[in-house]
Amino acid sequence: MTKSIKEVFAEKKKVFIPFITAGDPNLDITEQLIYAMEKAGAGIIEIGIPFSDPIAEGLVIQAADARALQAGTKIDGIFAMLKKVRKNSQVPIVFLTYINPIYRYGRDKFFKHCQETQVNGVIVPDVPFEEKAIIADYCTKYGVEPISLIAPTSEQRIKMLAKEAKGYIYIVSSLGVTGVRKNISTNISAIVQQIKEVTDVPAAVGFGIATPEQAGSMAKISDGAIVGSAIVKIVAQFGENCIQPVAEYTKKMCEAVTKTIK
Amino acid sequence: MTKGRYGTHGGQFVPETLMNAVIELEGAYEKYKKDPEFLKELHTLYRDYANRPSMLYYAERMTKDLGGAKIYLKREDLNHTGAHKINNVLGQCLLAKKMGKKRIIAETGAGQHGVAAATVAALMGMECRVYMGKVDTERQALNVYRMQLLGAEVVPVTSGTMTLKDAVNEALREWTERVLDTFYVIGSVMGPHPYPEMVRDFQKVIGEEVKGQLQEKEGKLPDAVLACVGGGSNAMGLFYDFIPDKSVKLIGVEAAGRGVNTDRTAATIARGTPGVFHGMESYFLQDGDGQIAPVYSISAGLDYPGIGPEHAYLHDIGRAQYVAATDDESVAAFEYLSKMEGIIPAIESSHAVAYAMKLAPTMRKDQIIVINISGRGDKDVAAIARYKGVDIHD
Repeated sequence: MTKSIKEVFAEKKKVFIPFITAGDPNLDITEQLIYAMEKAGAGIIEIGIPFSDPIAEGLVIQAADARALQAGTKIDGIFAMLKKVRKNSQVPIVFLTYINPIYRYGRDKFFKHCQETQVNGVIVPDVPFEEKAIIADYCTKYGVEPISLIAPTSEQRIKMLAKEAKGYIYIVSSLGVTGVRKNISTNISAIVQQIKEVTDVPAAVGFGIATPEQAGSMAKISDGAIVGSAIVKIVAQFGENCIQPVAEYTKKMCEAVTKTIK
Repeated sequence: MTKGRYGTHGGQFVPETLMNAVIELEGAYEKYKKDPEFLKELHTLYRDYANRPSMLYYAERMTKDLGGAKIYLKREDLNHTGAHKINNVLGQCLLAKKMGKKRIIAETGAGQHGVAAATVAALMGMECRVYMGKVDTERQALNVYRMQLLGAEVVPVTSGTMTLKDAVNEALREWTERVLDTFYVIGSVMGPHPYPEMVRDFQKVIGEEVKGQLQEKEGKLPDAVLACVGGGSNAMGLFYDFIPDKSVKLIGVEAAGRGVNTDRTAATIARGTPGVFHGMESYFLQDGDGQIAPVYSISAGLDYPGIGPEHAYLHDIGRAQYVAATDDESVAAFEYLSKMEGIIPAIESSHAVAYAMKLAPTMRKDQIIVINISGRGDKDVAAIARYKGVDIHD
């Protein structure tokens, strides 16, 4: 059995969560990257299911989705790859994708396969709190935790979102789409404080984080750091030779996050 | 079911970052749509600025030539900026102004919505940025310059298929970045609630006028009303007031492109499947993994892989009928109306004309059909010449 998201946060205290796009540059490399990132210290791994029109993504992840689809990546293929992964690794895995691929593939079938491959959670950026019924029953039926996002604009919604959150809360650090940023100006501490008032569900920060310094400062005021674009950039640069550089980068980021444990 | 539903369609599928903005918009629209002052201001703009009501014209030569139903043309092409798009933009920009927003963004396909947005932004002293697929900036180059002339910034979109869908993607991305000071003026009856309802309300003046005008001329309701459908705003505007009048057939004409059974098509009702995209549950052209299909039509304004949720619902319950016209049929209709009535219709509207040319001869002479000429065709002249292999310098 895989560890639960809750167990990982309890054990590691501060968790580094890397993101990669499935099938970029191909699914064999995705499988290898999962092992390498787990070994480098990643507590949870987010796997993007590529979508033709990812409206919450910046240029870097848009390009990764396009590469993965160009390479012929299919949802069935991603589940087949995860079946292999589960023979070798028990690291918690969370999918990130848009509602249309899940909906069209068939919600029951999708979440059933998630259960079979022990996918722990799913992040669907274009399903807000008000529309969560579109996946909620399937998540419950197959034991997949729907991850809630909280944004800099959430304001009076924060407590409502946090109260019903499962797995971990994904705090969106900045306005706009995913991508590396020089500065994160949102008052993350204030958001975390409001979350902690209503729930024990851990909260990690993502969007715009690229350097160990940024990851450290975000992990210091929350329960972890999520990094996507910066890793996807390395994959884009090195292609099939990306395993080693991604592992090295992940190790540095994990160390920066672990250092913040008091 | 959640807010803004039409049967199983509609909803509010946007990232959390946009939720407060969408809720704020919904609140403002609920307030102003019943505010007599707001409506008076809007109708004054319709009349004095947009040149409403648009005329309902009896196409006598076309009627005689086709030898069937009596044909009326609703002349939305005579509106300021040359299309029905101005109706919606005046409404949304007036609302934006009431909400204290000074900057608008818009997506555009053929450029008609972008031109309307740029125009009203100039009128109301707002900053305006328009997203347009790079492919569309090339096939509608004249409209790009018009928008720039009106003071708008035009951003060519190079992601995906570089057409209308990608322009919407890019506008949504920009909105999440500038959500605090920016109002997104969506051009069709699509997107998250309240857009499909709000855009329909700002366009329903088309059908309301047709009903009154035809009552005056003929003393009765039409037998069928026809409009082209991409996202579906001009069709929804024409249909809405007639929905309770069960004797009136509502016919939407989609872009078949090279044919509904080819992969070079944009006919969503004919070939689409249920999905959730661009903020709404509706029908979309897509593959088995939910990847949105690269659609095609000669018409940049109909070159969209989805359809507004209220159309999807009218289709489901059988209240409206959706058919399709090919590129070839629409170009023939474009030329036909130009020569027969001296009216050059937009290539989008030509799709509705093309189906009317098939339908009218099958109807009795005492029956009446109304075609919405949603826009004028000046913008398409160069593209049609190219399509016909004619070398012109514009």
